[in-house]
Amino acid sequence: MKKIFIYLLVINIIIIALVVILTKNQTRETVLQGLQKEYSVRETSSVDHSKFEILQKPFANPQDATAACLTCHTGRGEEMLKSAHFLWSREEYVEGRGITNVGKKNLLNNFCIGIGTNEASCNRCHAGYGWNHKSYDFTDQKNIDCLVCHDNSGKYTKKNGGAGMPDDSVDLNKVAQNVGKPMKTNCGSCHFYGGGGNNVKHGDLEDALLTSGTDVDVHMGYDGLNMECIDCHPAEKHVMKGKLYAVSSMNRNRALCTDCHTSMPHKETIINEHSLKVACQTCHIPTYAKVNATKMYWDWSTAGKLKDGKPYHEEDSMGNHSYLSIKGDFVWGKNVEPEYVWFNGTANHYLVGDTISDTTQVVKMNQLYGSYEDRDAQIIPVKIHRGKQVYDKKNKVLIQPNLSDSVEGNGAFWTDFNWQKASQKGMEYIDQKYSGDYGFVHTEMYWPINYMVSKKESAVSCIECHSRDGRLKNVSGFYMPGRDFNTFVDKFGLIIIILTLAGVLGHGLLRILSAHKRKK
Amino acid sequence: MNKVYIYKAYERFWHWTQMFIVFLLLFTGFEIHGSYQFFGYEEAVRYHEFAAITFLVLVVFTIFWHFATDEWKQYIPTVKNMKDQANYYLFGIFKNAPHPVRKTQLSKLNPLQRLVYFGLKVVLIPLLIFTGLLYMFYRYEHQGAIESLNIDGLETVATLHTLGAFLIIAFIIAHVYLITTGHTVLSNLKAMLTGYEEFEDDNEVEKKLTASQSAEEEAETVNE
Repeated sequence: MKKIFIYLLVINIIIIALVVILTKNQTRETVLQGLQKEYSVRETSSVDHSKFEILQKPFANPQDATAACLTCHTGRGEEMLKSAHFLWSREEYVEGRGITNVGKKNLLNNFCIGIGTNEASCNRCHAGYGWNHKSYDFTDQKNIDCLVCHDNSGKYTKKNGGAGMPDDSVDLNKVAQNVGKPMKTNCGSCHFYGGGGNNVKHGDLEDALLTSGTDVDVHMGYDGLNMECIDCHPAEKHVMKGKLYAVSSMNRNRALCTDCHTSMPHKETIINEHSLKVACQTCHIPTYAKVNATKMYWDWSTAGKLKDGKPYHEEDSMGNHSYLSIKGDFVWGKNVEPEYVWFNGTANHYLVGDTISDTTQVVKMNQLYGSYEDRDAQIIPVKIHRGKQVYDKKNKVLIQPNLSDSVEGNGAFWTDFNWQKASQKGMEYIDQKYSGDYGFVHTEMYWPINYMVSKKESAVSCIECHSRDGRLKNVSGFYMPGRDFNTFVDKFGLIIIILTLAGVLGHGLLRILSAHKRKK
Repeated sequence: MNKVYIYKAYERFWHWTQMFIVFLLLFTGFEIHGSYQFFGYEEAVRYHEFAAITFLVLVVFTIFWHFATDEWKQYIPTVKNMKDQANYYLFGIFKNAPHPVRKTQLSKLNPLQRLVYFGLKVVLIPLLIFTGLLYMFYRYEHQGAIESLNIDGLETVATLHTLGAFLIIAFIIAHVYLITTGHTVLSNLKAMLTGYEEFEDDNEVEKKLTASQSAEEEAETVNE
């Protein structure tokens, strides 16, 4: 009996040992490895568009090209007519305002301010053709520009000042025969150049992403997976997943890191738990504008200065414009450390006609909501673009000025350099009152930072936030070890230590003295 | 001179392990507090947690030991001789007076020590352990996956934990000084290392008593 027991024990031990050894050798695929495998496979198109006759016949105008696309791709036109890329507007619920339409169509910003009267220039980036006036027909499917997003030939560009029409040099047949899924170059043709130049607006989206390695962006780097925008921003019925809070308000249809990486991607539990209050981007994007500078400050109030009656420009040490007669003074930043704010996925915006309660304060063009107490809020990195822009001193509203015009003398600021006329014209166009008394007010615009994700080795380290003067020094509402301390306890503790030391030293000294005396 | 076996092997092991852990906890703890940088924040947190868990294990064993050996009774506070002990530290010690309380294996702590160690074991260390555990295992209120120990924030927990740490430092300073007040400056230290402590034998006590009394009388006559 005893023998059997011992045998069983020995056999059990051997089995357990074998199981342990064998399971150790089986390395389970991590989430990251799975993703790397999944995204390293490139899809190839199932059809060759150059074989289609309809795309070989010359197009009289770009609208004809769209009509040709829609003959096969039925139903896609309706989808596009409802998309934000075409409407430049979304129906959104805004806290305190109710349901509102917000988008580039009606919002103001603190870069080139707004599209009203400037459509020919701004709407070059519209996914449509010919939006050069507010009476534009948003119901005509032929106005959709399929090619700007689906050109895979790299030859398609839109005309400067052409209200979204293609450049004269574009061979529409050639482009139409080489269509496919959108690539970085397609998305980038607009999203890299917002604000009138490369990386002006976002700071983390610019054309260097097309040629940089994983040191700039782990996802898009050529030496990595070289991912496309649509890998993370897939479209459902031509509605792209994800949006930016410069133009949207609701916590819905967001593209999140956790969609792929899960909410617990780290080995260390303590870091996974950070994600309850800290967005992935906060640690994984230590700096933005890593290659080319981005605009950090734009002062419109100095615009309009002329030399010998002519507009001029000045450059900073990086070779970026620091002054332009048409736009004013700029400050640029490279390798910028983001600022940090609480954000719960909802935002408010300055809407045309909103009264500025205190014009000595900074006007927030968009306000990101959230706080420590908010269950949905996380700390996110932002670029805050600060500026000074024109407003109506009597009516206390921001002004939509008329900036661009193809000819001089129509009142546009960029040709005539007269704020009075430009304001008059712009405000009248968007059906707003203008008192005739303009001034300049400080404004801020918040741009969540999502790109230029660094390699994990260069992620923000603990001490960069957990220190007295760290990255999160201005993010309030909570106690953070290393940054915060109770002033009273720290003082009290120090006093207790000093008193104990003094008591001990005093007592010791007396003992020595008294012993000395006794010896005598 | 007498030599008495006061500290058992486990007790000595416990004491010196605890000393090492407490120093590590304090050193890493104040780095986490933001007082200085040494290991680096991440490492400091890691060491602090490791030390904390080791400390907990030691505490569990030590509590068991205390009850298994009945040693816990040593810590029951008493007022008996308390005044004499206080008088000794305030006056007697300067006149080379004998210790008012005799250390034995059954009563190794003087009344003041009993009070301080009782406070340490019943108030300060539990406070540090409790706030420390909350610090390690607290959870933010959150829907979904992680939900066990929800608190609104760390402020109270961290503040109390820090307060406890300051008090421990003060204790250590006083403790290290007071071990020099034995029969000789080093006799307490030797005792905690070897287990055996040297004491005044009865002759010496007698001598000391008469010496300190005559010194008092002398002082009085001088004053007169």
